[in-house]
Amino acid sequence: MNKAAQGVVMLLVGGAALRTGMTDLYLRYIKEGVRPFLIAAGVFLVVIAIATLIPEFVGKDDAEEPAPGCHDAGDADHDPAKAAGNGAHGAPGVSWLLILPVLALLLLAPPALGADAAGRSGTALAVGETSDFPPLPKGDPAKISVLDYASRAVFDKGASLKQRRVELSGFVMVDKEGRRYLARMILSCCAADGRPIKVALDGDVPEFDQGAWVRVIGRHNKKVVKDDINGETIPYLTVDAIDPIKTPKRQYE
Amino acid sequence: MTATETAPQLDPTPPKRGLAGRVGSVEILAVLLIAVVALRGWLVDLLNLPGLQTWATVFVSIVVQALPFLVFGVLLSAVIAVFVPPSFFTRVLPKKPAAAVPAASAAGLVLPGCECAAVPVAGALVRRGVAPAAAFAFLLAAPAINPVVLVATAVAFPRNPEMVVGRFVASILVAMAMGWLWLRLGRADWIRQRGRPELEGLSKGRAFVASCRHDLMHAGGFLVVGGLAAATLNVVVPAQWMQAVADNPVLSVIALALLAVVLSICSEADAFIAASLSQFSLTSRLVFLVVGPVVDIKLFAMQAGVFGRRFAFRFAPATLGVAILISVLVGAVLL
Repeated sequence: MNKAAQGVVMLLVGGAALRTGMTDLYLRYIKEGVRPFLIAAGVFLVVIAIATLIPEFVGKDDAEEPAPGCHDAGDADHDPAKAAGNGAHGAPGVSWLLILPVLALLLLAPPALGADAAGRSGTALAVGETSDFPPLPKGDPAKISVLDYASRAVFDKGASLKQRRVELSGFVMVDKEGRRYLARMILSCCAADGRPIKVALDGDVPEFDQGAWVRVIGRHNKKVVKDDINGETIPYLTVDAIDPIKTPKRQYE
Repeated sequence: MTATETAPQLDPTPPKRGLAGRVGSVEILAVLLIAVVALRGWLVDLLNLPGLQTWATVFVSIVVQALPFLVFGVLLSAVIAVFVPPSFFTRVLPKKPAAAVPAASAAGLVLPGCECAAVPVAGALVRRGVAPAAAFAFLLAAPAINPVVLVATAVAFPRNPEMVVGRFVASILVAMAMGWLWLRLGRADWIRQRGRPELEGLSKGRAFVASCRHDLMHAGGFLVVGGLAAATLNVVVPAQWMQAVADNPVLSVIALALLAVVLSICSEADAFIAASLSQFSLTSRLVFLVVGPVVDIKLFAMQAGVFGRRFAFRFAPATLGVAILISVLVGAVLL
C-alpha cells in the first residue's frame, strides 16, 4: 500500500471513529466514558491522514521527482534506484484489513447485543454483589433496572422488594425449553465483554418475538431457576402487565 | 550523505513504470469501496443471521474500544521516536540490561493504557536503543500494573483486595522473568522491525507524521486481525464448556488462561469479566488477570506486526507458560 492509500485508509478510519463518536452509534459498542477519547482518536487520525496526503497530492505533477515537501536538505541527493525498496514507505498487506471496521461501521452499523448474545452466556449476576440494598425508589410501580431487580431478588432474597410492584424494561429472550426471560445486557468495557442479566417471567405472558423490547410491570416471586449455561441463579418475576416499547437509545445497563 | 545509500528512504522515487504501474493502491481502494457499496444490500441481508450479527457487533466493539488506546500508544511512540533523544534512555535506565529489566517493569506503573498502547511504545523503545529485554519487560508490565487497571481490579473484587495485590505482584514478576529470560535465551535476529521509515534527516513535524502513519498502519492492521479472531472465538466457543471445567482445579487454571488468550479483552476491563466468572477459584481467576494483559490473540498479532513473526512465535508461548506458572505460585501464597 503506498502512502496515498495509507492516507485515505487513515482518513476513513478517523471518519468512521468520528461518526461513531459524534452520533449515538457508539452506545452500541462501548461505555459512555470512552466517547471523548474515541472522538479525540478520530480527530487525530484525520489530522495525520491530511498531513500524509497533502505532500502526496501537492506537487504530484513532477511524479518522477521526489515530492518536494517530503525531503529535507541532506537526502535530496540519494540514488532513487537504490532506495526504491518496497519496505520504506509501503505498509504490509494486513493494513488493508483496517477497511473492514470502517465498512462495518459506516455501511452496516451492527446492532447492539441482544437476545442472541444473551442466549450464549450465563447470567452475570455475580458482578458487584452487595448485601445492603437501599429501599426501592418511590412510586407505584417502582422503576428499577433489570440488574437491580435480579440482585435484590437473589442476594437479598427479595427482602427489599416485598410485595411492591416494579417496572423493568429489557428484551424478551426464549431459551431452548421455551421458558421466557426478560434480559438486559451489561457492559464492563465494550460489547466484547457484554453479559446478560436474566429474569424469568412467570404468569400470563403473551407471545413476543425473540429480542422484542418490552416494559414489564410485576411482583417478586420466590421461585428461582438455575441458568443452564453457568449455573447461576435466575430470579422470577410474576408479570402483571407487559407492553412492547421502542428500542431504547441506551440498550445496555 | 552516505548513510542514505543503505537506509531505506521515506519517500523513494518509484522507477518509471508502464500503464500497469499506474494502477496503484489508491485505485484498488477505490474499486474495493465501490464494490462494497454496491453489494451493501446483500451484506445487510447476510447480517440478519443473529449469530453473525453478534459476531459483527463484538468485532466492531473490540476495534472501537481499542482505537483510542492504540492512538494514544502511537502518539507516545512518535513522541519517543522524534522528540526524546536516545541519550535520555541510556541516562535514565541502568547501563546493565539485567538491571534495566526491573527498572523498565516498574516504569509500567505510569502508562495508563492497555496492551494496544504498550506494543507501539515498546517498538519505539527498541528503536531508541533501549535493551530489548528491558523494552519487553515494559511491554508486559505496562498493561497489567498501571493505576487504571489496578483500580478497576479493586472495584471488580470489592471483597477480595488480595486480588489487586496478587495481580500486581504476579504481573511485575512475569515482566521481569521474561526480561531476564530474553537476556539469557533471546536472539536479536528474531526481531524484525520491518518497513520502518528512516526518520533521520526529516523535519520534526514530518518525522512525527511518518512515525504515526507507520505505527497506525502496522499495529492497526494487526489489531483488526486480533479483533476478527477474538470475535469469532467469542461467538463460537460455547459458554457451557466453561462450567464443565470450573470444578477441576488444574483444568480451571488452564481453561481460564486459554480464555484470557482467546477473548483478548482490554486489560482495563478484564477484572470485571474475572469477577463474573464466579464459579471458578480465585487462583484460576488470578491466572486469567495475569495472562490476559501479557498474551492474547490480539496482542500476538500486534507483536507479530511490530517485532516480526519469528519473535512473536517464540515470545508469546514462553510468556504464556511463565505467566501461568508465576500466577499459580502467587495465588498459592496470597489467596
